[in-house]
Amino acid sequence: MELIINGESARYDGLRTVSDLVAALGLEPKKLAVELNRAIVPKSAYGATPLSNGDTLEIVHFVGGG
Amino acid sequence: MSASLVIAGREFRSRLIIGTGKYKTYEENARAAEAAGAEMVTVAVRRVNLTDRDKPMLVDFLDPKKYVYLPNTAGCFTADDAIRTLRLAREAGGWSLVKLEVLADQKTLYPEMEETLKAAKLLIKDGFEVMVYCSDDPVYARKLEDAGCAAIMPLGSLIGSGLGILNPVNIRLIVEQSKVPVIVDAGVGTASDAAVAMELGCDGVLMNTAIAEAKDPILMASAMKHAVIAGREAYLAGRMAKKRYADPSSPLAGLI
Repeated sequence: MELIINGESARYDGLRTVSDLVAALGLEPKKLAVELNRAIVPKSAYGATPLSNGDTLEIVHFVGGG
Repeated sequence: MSASLVIAGREFRSRLIIGTGKYKTYEENARAAEAAGAEMVTVAVRRVNLTDRDKPMLVDFLDPKKYVYLPNTAGCFTADDAIRTLRLAREAGGWSLVKLEVLADQKTLYPEMEETLKAAKLLIKDGFEVMVYCSDDPVYARKLEDAGCAAIMPLGSLIGSGLGILNPVNIRLIVEQSKVPVIVDAGVGTASDAAVAMELGCDGVLMNTAIAEAKDPILMASAMKHAVIAGREAYLAGRMAKKRYADPSSPLAGLI
C-alpha cells in the first residue's frame, strides 16, 4: 500500500490501521497527533481507523519554538 | 511578587514566559527555563522526523508536567493553517490553551491582524483558550478581547529583533483598556526592555531570542527573571513624577 506520510511517499505492507502504522514506525502514540486526509484521528480511534492505498497522513509532535 | 498572573483560570506565580527555540540544545533550554523561573513555555508543532528518530525530544528535557506547554502557530500565514496546527496541537497535548499567531510576511513576521481575528473567533468557538500575538494597535487589541481571547500579546518590536519596546504609548493604551492579561510578546532584547514592559503595567512578558541568543543564556534567563520582578514591583509601587529641574534630597535647613 502506498502512503504519503509527512510529504514523503512510501510503500507500507501488512498495515491495516493507523495503530499498525504508528507501531510500525516505532512511534510513541502519547506524544503525537495524526491527521489522515486532513482530518484529525483521535488517539482513541487509531485502532479503528483503517488505512487505504493513497492515503495522506501528517504525523506531528511538539518541538522547540518561540 | 504580589498576586499571581491568572490566564484562563490558570494561576502562575511567574510572569515570564519563555520560548524553546534557537537554543544550542534542549538541555541548555531546560537550564534556562529553570533560571528564568518560568512556568509556561511556548512550543511549536512540526512533522515527526521519520528517518532519524534518535533525535532528542523536547518532552524529555522540559517535562510537560512541570511546565505548561503553550503550542504556537509560528510559521502560519493564514487563519486556516493556524487553526489546523492548533487542532493538531490539542490532539498531541490534550489541552486547549494556545498561542495564536498569524504572520503577514517572512521579512517582518508582523501579525496579519485580519486573519488573526478571524482565526481567534473560530478557535474560541471550537473551545480553545487563545492567547493572541498581535500588533500594538489598541483597536485590534480591543476586538480580540471582545472576541473572547484569554490574553492579549502585543509585540514590543519585531520577532527576534531585540529592539525593545518601540511604542510604549500604545502598549500602555492596551494595558489600560484590557480586562484580560496583556503580555508583551516579541522584541525584548535585554533585561531593561522586560522591565520597561512590566513598568508599563503589562501582566507578563514572553521572550525567546533575548535569552537563547545571549552569550550566556542561563545568566540572561536569570537577569530576565529579576527584570520582570523589578518592573512589576516598580509598576505597583508607582513611580515618582518626572521634574524638569533638580530637587535636593538632603534638607536645606541647617546648612553650615
